[in-house]
Amino acid sequence: MTNFILEPYLALLLLGFLPSEMWRWLGIVVGGGLDEGSEIILWVRAVATALVAGVIARIVLIPPGALASVPLTVRLAAIACGFLAFLAIRRSAFAGVLVGEAVLVAGALAFG
Amino acid sequence: MSPMPTSDTPRGAASAAFLAGARTAATSVFVVVITVTYVGFGALAHDFGFSVGWAMLSTLLLWAGPAQVILVTALGSGTTLIELAVAVGLSSVRLLPMVVALLPLVRPARSRFWQLVVPTHFIAVSVWVEAMRLAPGLPRDDRIAFCNGIGVTLIGAGTLATAAGFYLSAALPLLFGAAAMFVTPLSFLVSTARNSRLLLEKAALGLGLVIGPVFAFYKVELDLLWTGIVGGSIAYAVHRVRAAMA
Repeated sequence: MTNFILEPYLALLLLGFLPSEMWRWLGIVVGGGLDEGSEIILWVRAVATALVAGVIARIVLIPPGALASVPLTVRLAAIACGFLAFLAIRRSAFAGVLVGEAVLVAGALAFG
Repeated sequence: MSPMPTSDTPRGAASAAFLAGARTAATSVFVVVITVTYVGFGALAHDFGFSVGWAMLSTLLLWAGPAQVILVTALGSGTTLIELAVAVGLSSVRLLPMVVALLPLVRPARSRFWQLVVPTHFIAVSVWVEAMRLAPGLPRDDRIAFCNGIGVTLIGAGTLATAAGFYLSAALPLLFGAAAMFVTPLSFLVSTARNSRLLLEKAALGLGLVIGPVFAFYKVELDLLWTGIVGGSIAYAVHRVRAAMA
């Protein structure tokens, strides 16, 4: 955080709370006037989904702190196994997280 | 247990509805998902050098997992302020349609903006799913209190889990911190995949996973933002072409 110019709590308010909370406020204002299937909402949903995917990839490939101590191949194998388990076991998010974590821990112990 | 208060005592009925919401949340699968996710977030915030108070406050104030992870990751690695605010904003756009879809079901007649600010603050994917499913079965006057009960319970669990993850990451072996942090990408990936009913969303997810690392590798400026815009727009274009051909 050394190269950051705003005080952390101010940053939390201005760069975290406001940009996120404004959508809830806008939702109250817009009320029933917006169709969930409208083209602009569809595009926004696609952009938001791709952005979250980018965040997932960044944490797995360029991880912070403790996670960086686990080899890259183990991280990739763990996220792939977690996703396959999710697909195989009734699209259960819980199963995906559990299997992915198990592979990560086992891999880190074996190759870490 | 005393019987449910009758509806001619508005305050009693409201608190009964609030407690019913709290019970619903405490026994739902989401309390597990929220706890595990925020233990991971607490560990992440710890490793990026934030304080426990900051991490807990971010859960209380943002109550949006992806936005919080973007905030911590980007602040911790020195991204430009404007990219950060736009990335956080984009990741939370999904809250808008959720609020728009839920409010007509739960808002009391003649409600004002400020009366809805707190109830809508609780809206996140988990609260939204439970509220959309259960609130329509209740008397209209009880619905907001019921939703507040769900929201307060889950946001409380999330805030406590943030602190737990923070301290566990500091106290336990390195491997625990790594495992706790790994919950975030895993749970984001599977819950995004599960919520992706449309081809549009599936394509956006796949494209973002591929484009994100490429942009990061070539050190494209505002790489997260461009990942979203490029990946999302290609997915949207595919959706339009398919719709035109159908």
